Amino acid sequence: MKIVIIKYNAGNIRSVDFALQRLGVSATITDDHEEIRSADRVIFPGVGEASTTMRYLKSHKLDQLICDLKQPVLGVCLGLQLMCTHSEEGDTTCLGIFPEKVKKFVALPENSASFKIPHMGWNSVSDLKTPLFAGLGEDDYFYFVHSYYATSGPDTAATCDYLVPFSAALQRDNFYATQFHPEKSGATGSRILGNFINIKV
Amino acid sequence: MLAKRIIPCLDIRDGQTVKGVNFVNIINVGDPVELGKLYAEQGADELVFLDITATHEGRKTFVELVRRIAQNLDIPFTVGGGISEIRDAEALLAAGADKISINSSAVRNPQLIDDLARNFGSQFVVVAIDAREAENHWTVTVNGGRIPTDKELFSWAKEAENRGAGEILFTSMNHDGTKKGFANKELAKLSENLTIPLIASGGAGNMEHFAEVFTTGKADAGLAASIFHFREIAIPDLKHYLRQRAICVR
Repeated sequence: MKIVIIKYNAGNIRSVDFALQRLGVSATITDDHEEIRSADRVIFPGVGEASTTMRYLKSHKLDQLICDLKQPVLGVCLGLQLMCTHSEEGDTTCLGIFPEKVKKFVALPENSASFKIPHMGWNSVSDLKTPLFAGLGEDDYFYFVHSYYATSGPDTAATCDYLVPFSAALQRDNFYATQFHPEKSGATGSRILGNFINIKV
Repeated sequence: MLAKRIIPCLDIRDGQTVKGVNFVNIINVGDPVELGKLYAEQGADELVFLDITATHEGRKTFVELVRRIAQNLDIPFTVGGGISEIRDAEALLAAGADKISINSSAVRNPQLIDDLARNFGSQFVVVAIDAREAENHWTVTVNGGRIPTDKELFSWAKEAENRGAGEILFTSMNHDGTKKGFANKELAKLSENLTIPLIASGGAGNMEHFAEVFTTGKADAGLAASIFHFREIAIPDLKHYLRQRAICVR
C-alpha cells in the first residue's frame, strides 16, 4: 500500500511519518502531484497559520488536487480546518470539502481560568461515527492543540465540547479529518491511524 | 472534558538522564528514550526533556536524542535548555520536538518570544519562569534561580503571553525541592490573569499536592521530576487518586 503525506510549509510533518513507522507502515512525504494522485492513502497534516498555508497550497496547485482526490484522505488539525469552507484565521477561503466554518475560540471573562486558549491537552469526544473510531469509545482521550475550531454540521463524525461543541472529526465521502493529533494521542491515536489505513475502499 | 495533565520532567546531560534510579522494568534507565517510553506507557500526558549540557558537543547529542525521542514516543514532548536563537529552535523542530521551552534567554531577550511564535506558532513556545518570593515580592530569576532579575513574576508572565507564548511553566524557587506542595496561591493568581494554559512546577511531594494544584492552584498541568524518578509516586496511582477526587484525568 502506498501512503503519501502531503508536504507543505507546515510544522512537524515528521511526527505523522514517525507514527506510521511505529505501525510498521512506511510513507512518502511529497508535494509531487503524480505521487499524491497515485497513492492509496493520502494524509494532509498540519500545524500552522491558515492564510499562509492556503496561499502555499494554491501556489503549488495543491488546492484543486486535494479536492479531486478519490482515495481515502485524512486531514489532521490545520488539515481539517483547511478542508472547511472558510476560516476566521486570516479571513481565509478554504478548500470547501466540508460545509463547516472555522471560528476562533472566545472565552468569557468569568470562565477564562477554566477554559484556556489554545485548547491544549487530552480531551474526550462523543457521538463517534465513521470507521476511523472502530474499537474506540467515549472514554478514550485524544490530544488537541488549537485556537480555532470547526463548527458542527452534517459531516461531524465526532464532537468535542470545549467552550462550545465543535467538530473533533469530520467525514464526507472519501474525506476524513480529525482536529486532534492521532500521531500524538498514544495508543488511541495509533488506532485511528491504523483504522484509516484499513478503511475498505 | 479537558483532562488535567501530569508531566514528568527529565534532566539530560550528554544525551543521558541525570536522575532516575532503579527502574526494574527497563534495562537502561540512563536512556531518556527508554525512560520516556515507560512514563508514556504508565499514563504520563506529556514529557519535558531539559538539556543541562553546557558544551557544544553535548548540544549536538541532544538534537540527535530529540530525533530518537520523536521516533519512539507517541505523546507530545517539550524540550528545553540552551535555546537562545531561532536556529536552535529550528533544529529541534526539524528533529521532531512538539514544543520548546525558553527561560533565561527570554528574560534577556523578550523579543525572542515574538520571533519564535511568529516563525513556529504559539503552540510551539513554552515560556518557563523561575521566581522567588521575598517580602511579598516575586522576583524572576535566571540560571536555575541563582541570579535575580529586575522582572516581577505576574507582569512578566502576562508580557510573555502578550508576546505570543502558548503556555507558561511557573516554578516557585521557594517551593522547589521542599516536597511541601505547590505555590497554589500564586498559581491561582497567575491562572486567573492568563488566558493561556499554566503548568505548575516546584514542591510536589505527595498525591494530595497534585489534587490541590488542580483545584486551589487552578493549574492546567502539574510537572514534577524526582518524585516520579525515585518512584515515590507511580503515575497510574496518581491518576486513580485524582479521579477519586473528581478531578478529570486521562
